[in-house]
Amino acid sequence: MARRTRKALFGTGVGFVVIMVWCLLPVAWILSLSFKSQAETNSGSPQFLPKSWTLQNYRDILHNSDFLYALRNSFGIAIIATLLSVIFATLAAYAIARLDFKGKRLVLSLALAIAMFPVVSLISPLFDMWRTFHLFNTWPGLIIPYMTFTLPLAIWTLSAFFREIPWEMEQAAQVDGATPWQAFRKVIVPLAAPGVFTAAILTFFFAWNEFALAISLTSTTAARTVPAQMSFFVGSDPFNPPYGQLATASVIVTIPIVIIVLLFQRKIVAGLTSGAVKG
Amino acid sequence: MTTTVATAATPRKRQAATDRAVAENRLGLKLVAPAVVVMLVVTAWPMIQALYLSLYRYRLTTPNDRAFVGLRNYGTILTDSLFWHDTFNTVVIMVVSVAVELVVGFIFAMVMHRVIFARGIIRTSILIPYGIITVVSAFAWQFAFSLNNGFVNSWFAWLPGIQTGADATNWFGHHWPAMFAIIVSEIWKTTPFMSLLLLAGLSQVSEDMIEASQVDGATWWQRLWKVILPNMRAAIMVAVLFRALDAFRIFDNIYVMTRGAQNTESSSFLTYRQVIEQFQLGLGSALSVLLFLTVLLLAFGIVKLFRVDLARARGEA
Repeated sequence: MARRTRKALFGTGVGFVVIMVWCLLPVAWILSLSFKSQAETNSGSPQFLPKSWTLQNYRDILHNSDFLYALRNSFGIAIIATLLSVIFATLAAYAIARLDFKGKRLVLSLALAIAMFPVVSLISPLFDMWRTFHLFNTWPGLIIPYMTFTLPLAIWTLSAFFREIPWEMEQAAQVDGATPWQAFRKVIVPLAAPGVFTAAILTFFFAWNEFALAISLTSTTAARTVPAQMSFFVGSDPFNPPYGQLATASVIVTIPIVIIVLLFQRKIVAGLTSGAVKG
Repeated sequence: MTTTVATAATPRKRQAATDRAVAENRLGLKLVAPAVVVMLVVTAWPMIQALYLSLYRYRLTTPNDRAFVGLRNYGTILTDSLFWHDTFNTVVIMVVSVAVELVVGFIFAMVMHRVIFARGIIRTSILIPYGIITVVSAFAWQFAFSLNNGFVNSWFAWLPGIQTGADATNWFGHHWPAMFAIIVSEIWKTTPFMSLLLLAGLSQVSEDMIEASQVDGATWWQRLWKVILPNMRAAIMVAVLFRALDAFRIFDNIYVMTRGAQNTESSSFLTYRQVIEQFQLGLGSALSVLLFLTVLLLAFGIVKLFRVDLARARGEA
């Protein structure tokens, strides 16, 4: 028995190390590349760590106005899309978790269908429609589809959270004379806030990550987000991409993700798995 | 309309209860309406638009040449070997990455389930690939596999077929090595998601049952196949369904790593290229419709094949 336990513990320990290496090696690689000089990567530098460490890439990228515009667009678009998506999803999830109404299954099926929707198949019609409506290359042109594609995830996460809320309190409020709307706003919203917050994080991740629509529905730095802008980083030599610059941009665009993960890892895991596996 | 339906459905209940039910029904519809409208306006409407455009010969560079051609765009696509080649690539990427992720993700889930120390650290680490943007993952792996600047060649030179120095292995110079690099990036980024879903399923398997089978003399292998896996079937199926459909839509990795060079195009990339680079709105729309139908068919197939009860799996009885 003791031997088996020790063996299991050893296996788990090895697994722990493997997971850490798996998750962090590419991140360390990008970080290391961001400290390599342009000269070093141009002449070929297959070793993992830089021969001489430099901050030049960071200095350059923080003076790259295209990148800074893209960063502004990314933050603005992702935050607005997240806010709108979470507001709509909260209303819908409350109704789904709590109220009896016709068409509930239809709403859930629609959300499911949209979660599986191939985003790229929208490029062609949206490209056409957005030019007609003057939404091409604007913030709303990206915010609207981002909102749509994050709604399903937000609705699921939230309705799973909402089912766990002690609803007697809502009834108590209604007994005390509150209307269903008041009961929703005054009692449930504060209780549901952690769930809403989790849904917001997952939504933000999606909008921050999105690429296909971002390159198709934008044409200048007026609305281009960081992932799209990064694909336009080309140095003078097409056979030598600016490794250092791209790695530095990667590091900078990953910082918000790392901060969010460090602060809210427990919530994110709960949100990702909530309601997904209740068999 | 809702009034009559609700009244008819509950004829025997007291009038007050019926009023309440009506009000509840109305509030429910009002609350879901904004979300439903947004979802329909941004997906269903454009899809109808795409269906319409797909029947036209319509290229933005020659807008006056626009003409109704019926199903000819579909004919052009379905008889083109490029379309089938790209579909094949997409299926290969989907099958390989989901299969590998399922195995690796399950091992990760087992480790996370058993680990009693540093749970916060492991959870944080596993969320980093999940949260990192796909474009960054693609660049990281493109550089890792790079001819002059990658560490893969020098680290794995001891493996047959991998070389460093003057005739170093050019991963992006041939079809299969390039596909391999793309799949590595895809797997690295999405295994954490898979493992978290599987971990949630694993934690629902009752420990008592595992112990009982252990007492009955089941080996580790038997416990895995006869007790643990069957009891987390719902979690596995949901994970496979979501990841398979996600992998089928692969675009970012290919765009960044090869731009479709060495015949590594996926269905999504082909659609993108027709619309945005070739301005073939008619043909591109037909491709969009076909992509949509393929995903629909795939989803339907997986649900039927594995009898995934999504409503039940998500706790929506």
